Amino acid sequence: MALPATINIHVTEPLKAKDYRSDITPTWCPGCGDFGVVGALAKAYADQKYDPSAVTTVSGIGCSSRLPLWMNSFGIHSCHGRAVPVAIGAHLARPEMPVVVTIGDGDCFAIGGGHIMHAARRNMNMTVIVMDNGTFALTKNQTSPLSRTGLPGTLASDLGNLDEPMNPIEMMITYGATYVAQTYSANAKHMGKVINEALAHQGFSYVNILSPCPTYNKVDTFAYFRPRIHDINETGEHTDLGNRSTAMLKSAELYNHHHSDDAPVPVGVYYKVQKPVFFEKVKQVQKYYNVTDTPDWNAIFDRFKP
Amino acid sequence: MAIDLTIKVAGEGGEGVISSGDFIMQAATRAGMEVMTFKSFPAEIKGGYALSQVRISDEKILSQGDGFNILVAFNGEAYEVNKPLLIPGTIMVWDGPHGGDFEPEEHEGVQVFAVPMSDIAKNQLKNYIAKNMVAMGAVIELFGLPEESLKSSIHDKFIKKGQDIVDFNYKAIELGREWIRTNYPNRKVAHSFPASTRQKDVIILEGNQAISLGAVMGGAKFYGAYPITPATSVGNHLVDLMHHTGGVVYQTEDEISALATVIGASFTGKKALTATAGPGISLMQELIGLAIMSEVPIVVADVQRGGPSTGMPTKHDQSDLFACTLGSHGDAPRIVLAAADVKDCVYLTIDALNLAEQYQSPVMLLSDASLSIQTEAIPRPDMSKIKLVERNFAAPQPDPSVFNRYQITDSGVSPMGAPGIPGTNYAATGLEHAEDSGPRTNTETRNAMTEKRWRKFDGIEDAYTPIEREGEDGDDLGIICWGMTQSVTREAISRLRAQGHKVSALYPKMLWPMPQKQIEAFARSVKKVVVPEANYQGQFADLIKMRTNVVPIKFNAYRGEPLIPKEIENMALALLKEDAPKARIAIH
Repeated sequence: MALPATINIHVTEPLKAKDYRSDITPTWCPGCGDFGVVGALAKAYADQKYDPSAVTTVSGIGCSSRLPLWMNSFGIHSCHGRAVPVAIGAHLARPEMPVVVTIGDGDCFAIGGGHIMHAARRNMNMTVIVMDNGTFALTKNQTSPLSRTGLPGTLASDLGNLDEPMNPIEMMITYGATYVAQTYSANAKHMGKVINEALAHQGFSYVNILSPCPTYNKVDTFAYFRPRIHDINETGEHTDLGNRSTAMLKSAELYNHHHSDDAPVPVGVYYKVQKPVFFEKVKQVQKYYNVTDTPDWNAIFDRFKP
Repeated sequence: MAIDLTIKVAGEGGEGVISSGDFIMQAATRAGMEVMTFKSFPAEIKGGYALSQVRISDEKILSQGDGFNILVAFNGEAYEVNKPLLIPGTIMVWDGPHGGDFEPEEHEGVQVFAVPMSDIAKNQLKNYIAKNMVAMGAVIELFGLPEESLKSSIHDKFIKKGQDIVDFNYKAIELGREWIRTNYPNRKVAHSFPASTRQKDVIILEGNQAISLGAVMGGAKFYGAYPITPATSVGNHLVDLMHHTGGVVYQTEDEISALATVIGASFTGKKALTATAGPGISLMQELIGLAIMSEVPIVVADVQRGGPSTGMPTKHDQSDLFACTLGSHGDAPRIVLAAADVKDCVYLTIDALNLAEQYQSPVMLLSDASLSIQTEAIPRPDMSKIKLVERNFAAPQPDPSVFNRYQITDSGVSPMGAPGIPGTNYAATGLEHAEDSGPRTNTETRNAMTEKRWRKFDGIEDAYTPIEREGEDGDDLGIICWGMTQSVTREAISRLRAQGHKVSALYPKMLWPMPQKQIEAFARSVKKVVVPEANYQGQFADLIKMRTNVVPIKFNAYRGEPLIPKEIENMALALLKEDAPKARIAIH
């Protein structure tokens, strides 16, 4: 049995968000920020009219990486840190099919930190959604590269995290992502807007979602975020989204909520630009060589004649 | 009597040693001769000792043989290294009597021809790079390789650079020939090339090229590539081949991502593979486990090199067998195949892609550093005779919530969904899971799924049978071997049996799951069993001990070079004696 001759990527009749959810009950703790994310993602799949049998949701390991199991879509719940290259393989083998990565901040920037930059610099046509809770929660509270200074963790001393958190927004712009945004898992509307934009974006899109862990991160909580969250695109703090220098500067200035208690917490789009996606370049190569799926075996074997 | 001639070109890496061997090999094949090459060079780009050895015959060649008849020594180091091998009856062509960097001693019974290849290149051709062409001119004049076949090979290689480059090389060849004609007018050489015949319908491939060709013949459409010696050229060749067959070669950021992309690609329904070597195999172990657990078909070719760690990247070793059969944590079944020669590299790669689909499993294909660059002429493949196993895709389902990707079946293999097949969506997970792919850890599911993953391979020994036996029941000694050691053993066996010794051999291509029944039956049919292999521990011997009732004698070399037929022959003769060793023999 072969793959069907015609593949439907989109449904003709729109589905509801709940149609993109599996019947498995999530194992997340009550109050976990990731509930908001899975809901927003299902809604965004519905908005994009994805056929549930066309889209692939890829994750690594961690609390948030369970997400594909709660979705009615194709899913790969892969190994810790490896979601991005698994997704690249799925994308390059069937470039017409949408691929979305849903991982945690530890998965993406600690163990998987060597992969994300290559997907970004090559402008792979895919979306990476990071559920940022600032902790390794599944292993019961160790600090991550995005944890704020002093945050408690079981592998830290009583003084907490010694490091300054890295700035994922600045990093992703540097890496070459062509859509970079931050949103907040308690703001379904903003999350929906940003995720939809990311899914529709032709190129590598990165969405950092502040998604509190009520069990282990007692600092970056919903209560902490609520009064501090503001939309930098709405306030006018950042509107020149297509300018890389401005985006770099704004991401350095505005992504500052980890640094002081009074600092506001920005959400919004930092960078959005159109560039050729990787597979378009692959297609150019294929055109250059007149690549065919129906090989002339005699001509191929002739190449190895003595 | 067959003509069996081995010519060894040795010198400093980067001065045309390897290309000389390649030209002689190609010219001999064009002249209708059988050829096999052996090459060895250091891991560095320039400098160090390099050799290229071409065995030429008018009959089928089984292995690289024991040594050489003709040595072409480009420098003093090459001479020093090979001096002990200059036995009576051999011939040496060396860089002299002036212009070279050494002066050879007297060797009794060795015929010596001085050809000032460096001097002619530097002073007459004004280009040192032509040294190897001068040497080849001398070689064809001395040993009777048809000039036109060498010239046509040179033409085809250099015409892209222009006719003047071709003519320059022709001139170098002629100067080498002229030197021999002028200085050795009355020579009589002890060896010569076989007579030229009609060129056979063959293709010439080196081992890694053969894996690449097998990959596209087997229907692979994706290759995850990360450079590592000695596996890199599998990807190099595939870049080119996939331009003619469709597919993508994607260079990743490391070996982990190479395999990750392969798993992602295969998940979507495309046949996918990667090739790597020892350190890459170590890095890939976790993802091999993911493919086992989520039952995604993948092929990983391991072109073995000397380990552990960085080890000896360009040298022969058969020491990744444990890592490929037993690596990755947990109860992790997979298939392991091993190629003995270039033909195997083509057809076992096709088999590997087929078996991966049939069993929805990782298949490891073992080659090695020597085989990766061993060149052979093999019969032109016939695509009409190649049977491909296509994926067992699930039929479209009315309701995805009832699709059981991991349905418990008698065979252990279940229909696979893929993006685009309505209602077949599921989440492939490395977690233990139930039939519907949802995570589950209860005892009943765990038992059923573990047994399913292993049950897939219950009948594989009867279903996939590329195993061959030489010799007869009741023989005094039985040799079981794998990978490149098989081709060496074939030659040793033919000599031993010609001498009247009762020695059998068993040549399995699938090493894992262990072909238990056939190994036990073979062991019962002979008086004792030995396993020669190029590793210290006797890895295949240990696996046989672990999974069968056979306790083989071990015969091990781990010096970084393949065993040679003479060593297998001597091993057998020693084991045929009354007071033979019973456990382990190591040779240096």
